Amino acid sequence: MSVTLLDFARGPAMQWALIIFVFGMVWRLVGVWGLRHKADHSQPRVTQGVWKRGLRAVFVRVLPYPEFAPKVQGQYWISYVFHLGFFIVLLFFVPHILFFEDILGFGWPGLPNNVIFFVGGITVAALMVALIKRILNPVTRMMSNFDDYFAWFVTIAPVVTGLLVNANLIPNYELMLAIHILSFQLLLIYLPFGKLMHGFWLMVSRWTTAVRFARRGGLS
Amino acid sequence: MKKADTLGDELRRQGISRRTFLKFCAAMATSMALPASMAPVMADALAATRRQSVIWLSFQECTGCTESILRSYAPSIESLIFDFISLDYHHTLQAAAGRAAEDARDQAMQENWGKYLVIVDGSIPLKDGGIYSTIDGHTNLETLETVAAGAAALISVGTCAAYGGLPMARPNPTGAVGVDEIIKDKPVINLPGCPPIPEVMTGTIASFLTFGRLPEMDRLGRPVAFFGDTIHDRCYRRPLYERGKFARGFDDEGARKGWCLYALGCKGPITYNACATIKWNQGQSFPIQSGHGCLGCSEPRFWDKDSFYKPLSATHWGNAAGLAAAAAAGAAVGAGVAVLSRRHQDTIAKGE
Ligand code: SF4
Repeated sequence: MSVTLLDFARGPAMQWALIIFVFGMVWRLVGVWGLRHKADHSQPRVTQGVWKRGLRAVFVRVLPYPEFAPKVQGQYWISYVFHLGFFIVLLFFVPHILFFEDILGFGWPGLPNNVIFFVGGITVAALMVALIKRILNPVTRMMSNFDDYFAWFVTIAPVVTGLLVNANLIPNYELMLAIHILSFQLLLIYLPFGKLMHGFWLMVSRWTTAVRFARRGGLS
Repeated sequence: MKKADTLGDELRRQGISRRTFLKFCAAMATSMALPASMAPVMADALAATRRQSVIWLSFQECTGCTESILRSYAPSIESLIFDFISLDYHHTLQAAAGRAAEDARDQAMQENWGKYLVIVDGSIPLKDGGIYSTIDGHTNLETLETVAAGAAALISVGTCAAYGGLPMARPNPTGAVGVDEIIKDKPVINLPGCPPIPEVMTGTIASFLTFGRLPEMDRLGRPVAFFGDTIHDRCYRRPLYERGKFARGFDDEGARKGWCLYALGCKGPITYNACATIKWNQGQSFPIQSGHGCLGCSEPRFWDKDSFYKPLSATHWGNAAGLAAAAAAGAAVGAGVAVLSRRHQDTIAKGE
């Protein structure tokens, strides 16, 4: 009797996905932080406490610039919904917690399944809206490349497959579960090498930009 | 004991009323997911059935399957069916031994060539010419091929006969396989389980007697009527799973309150069987009801799959050392890339 797809997904595929994820993450982080900072030859306008500006930017930029808000706040909200939804589903579905507990050695309280499915449904809807907006808007459409669409795909895939596993629509439960696990592994493997790295760079780049601007007497 | 010609005669002889028999057929029909209207049809067909010759072959097994089928509840109508079928050869149950036993088998085969039913429990060793299990000087492979040649159909009883089971567990020292890996030209049905539920065995035999063929099977050769749903789908603890109520130890508050056993390694979600509906010991209980997660014993390779106590969502992710090595390799590559980039900047700065 051959090894099933589920055995593969839970075994070798998981091992390799994690190895590639950790390898890729450290490579990217060390590689970028190891780069030389661009020399700034201008006279520093602010010399003390530039870090405060950095910290301020990290928090202030949580909301859009008031002047731009009417145009972009829809985008902000949709993004918040699917980001939060994704993390709630990832971190508070009890079987997921058991997955992390097995690796980390500790767990945390979870949420009831129906709450998770509700949040998962909203997450999928928000991701769909985000995609449609991206395609309909000529500017974002022109700016988008394969990376944007693939990042979207590897994000939505685990949520959709996870919902399908529990919806029991497909009679072959273990096959769907295997596909769900594999889709998550695709996300893990792709994360370090594409725009999904924003998850790690977002705060760093807010900080860096703010500090650089502050040195020149500006605000980010 | 004098054997009657048809099951109807036998039933009358034993004083079983048609009403009781119909009730049995209705229960059987329900358990096989047949419409209730099939019950009288089944009853008539069964009553008119002649004694079915059955040859039971035991290979690499533990006799648990036989123990299980003997516990189809007594005095049950199922056991009557057992009185009715002619169990012409069964190591554990037959009175004859040695040559007489083998002769009985040969005779049954000759008399019922092409019509007898073969039930197999235990796996068949193929390694080293199959020498790891022999009966009367013949390897199990030889016996199986010889007996199967004249069979109407074969029933693989238990996970060993169905998929290799325990003897096939890594490193599979005897090269054990299930029946359908060997017999390709006869209908074979798998009734896995370690052991299988008695009513699944008697139900499948009754179905064969009634319709003259094996019931509808799934992709792993199991009768859909009994293996159509997962344990998880039919588990009475499922609402607790949905509510996120999980026992975290075998003696914690959750365990005492009867919460879901997923976190304790229950394999119910990937196990197809009827334990949660038919249950065991006259519908008394089943493993989950008595507080232990499902082991998935009716699934191929269940023994090698995992720790029985590891949650299904926990994976074989490797170990911390492997991830640390990956991190070290990543750091080395990252540092190398950064150095190259700095050199490149220097080259540009020098205007070379
Ligand atoms: S005890 Fe097992 S089969 Fe029952 S609901 Fe929980 S996980 Fe599913």
